[in-house]
Amino acid sequence: MVTGVRIAGVGMTPFGKQSERTSRELFAAAADEAFTDASVSRDAVEELFYGNFMGEFAETQGHQGPLMANAAGVVAPATRLESACASGSAAVRQGVQSIRSGDTDVVLVGGAERMTNISTAETTEALSAAADGLWEISAGVTFPGAYSLMANRYFHEFGGDREDLAHIAVKNHENAVENDLAQFQRAIDIEDVLEAPTVSSPFGLYDCSPISDGAAAAVLVSDDFAEEHGLDAPIEITGSGQGVDNMSLQGRKSMVKTPAARRAGEMAYEDAGLGPADIDVAEVHDCFTIAEALALEALGFYEPGEAISAARNGETTIDGDLPVNLSGGLKAKGHPVGATGCAQLTEMTKLLRGDHVNSDAVSDASVGLTHNAGGTVASCIVHVLEVVE
Amino acid sequence: MSDDVRDNGYDDFLDAVEAGEPYYLESPSEDGWLPPAMVDPNTGDGDLTEQPLPETGEIITFTTTNVAGPAFSDDAPFVVAIADFGPVTITGQLRDIEPEDAAIGQEVRLDVGQTETTGDRLLVFRPA
Repeated sequence: MVTGVRIAGVGMTPFGKQSERTSRELFAAAADEAFTDASVSRDAVEELFYGNFMGEFAETQGHQGPLMANAAGVVAPATRLESACASGSAAVRQGVQSIRSGDTDVVLVGGAERMTNISTAETTEALSAAADGLWEISAGVTFPGAYSLMANRYFHEFGGDREDLAHIAVKNHENAVENDLAQFQRAIDIEDVLEAPTVSSPFGLYDCSPISDGAAAAVLVSDDFAEEHGLDAPIEITGSGQGVDNMSLQGRKSMVKTPAARRAGEMAYEDAGLGPADIDVAEVHDCFTIAEALALEALGFYEPGEAISAARNGETTIDGDLPVNLSGGLKAKGHPVGATGCAQLTEMTKLLRGDHVNSDAVSDASVGLTHNAGGTVASCIVHVLEVVE
Repeated sequence: MSDDVRDNGYDDFLDAVEAGEPYYLESPSEDGWLPPAMVDPNTGDGDLTEQPLPETGEIITFTTTNVAGPAFSDDAPFVVAIADFGPVTITGQLRDIEPEDAAIGQEVRLDVGQTETTGDRLLVFRPA
């Protein structure tokens, strides 16, 4: 029988502008917190999986697996995974698969990104590397630009407008107000979003997740290890799925659907033995406001064309039927790319355990979902977390 | 990508556009792809054949980008569009039209232009 995978402990640095902190310093801090939270010693770790996207751009640093093992004080096989903005979840998924395969009982997973030590223009260029170099970057496609192409097509096919998107940004900022780890701990209103400078039409500044530095980490263990060591690890990763799509937007049959997310979701639901109706709370990849709507539709919470008004209708707000991005999401919590996927895991773990600042809003929640996308969702990784006690 | 070294497939395609003979690759399932491709990405089928690209396409989405990376800093603001040419859709910059006049459904022809910032070649769309 395949073992269950428990989240023994989580750690996360504050997200935000902390230019002077190297990625190794950031990851060391997140890992240290995760070990303390887990009550697991470093020498128990049998493998490290680490996510990072733009280390070569920002720090001229490759070969980060052993670097981060050194930083975390772990002597174990260490591998970096790169899947653009889904790098962090790729690391988590590798950890899950390693434990389920029986190869390991204890793994350290996580990710980090240092982004604000280079200019905004340089970061824009670095992030665009997640697009197709020959056919998209050569035409000047930036990441806000790529998602703008999707948003404008969405408006054309389904309707909706900038104000619908603004409600998503306002919601996620509101969720982050009390989150000490979030980059933007302040509320904004619809006018703030609509009047912000245009980055790439239709997106203004507040439609875009910020440029951030930060790290997140988690200690994952097998059921047997948790039991033998008397760990308090009530959260299990019961579902894991990953999907792929054509790398460039121009190679897809639709600009308004994200089949990689649909495939990842279906795989994770089947793995966990449940469906969208069973999810109590979700953290989805809102790198841009439209991305949250696309995610909710691909994951089966809404029909195509319907999720754009979910925040406006109060359905995904903190007191809605399906609270989404109670951490503040990428939009307000911040988006240090390689850390984001694991940060979704750490925040969801706290939400379900009851020690997140917004846990009271979902005190009855027992099933959470995380959705982490790479590029324009050419990659997507979904995890289902359940309270199992 | 080095400015001095060609990218097989991509630069061949731009050459063909400049020569007035653009093409696409057709798979046995009659889906269209842009070079370079050995196989149909969706089916793995080989035996891709070059077919002439239709002369005009239709814009299916576009955006005006104000914040660009260093390679396009002097070009901003510029309009990036994706146009449907039937068998394939192509990404390029929209030229010879004011950004506020760009529209989904606009008929365009494919051309090769240069960036203001670096002088590199790129695919552009001009009103048909």
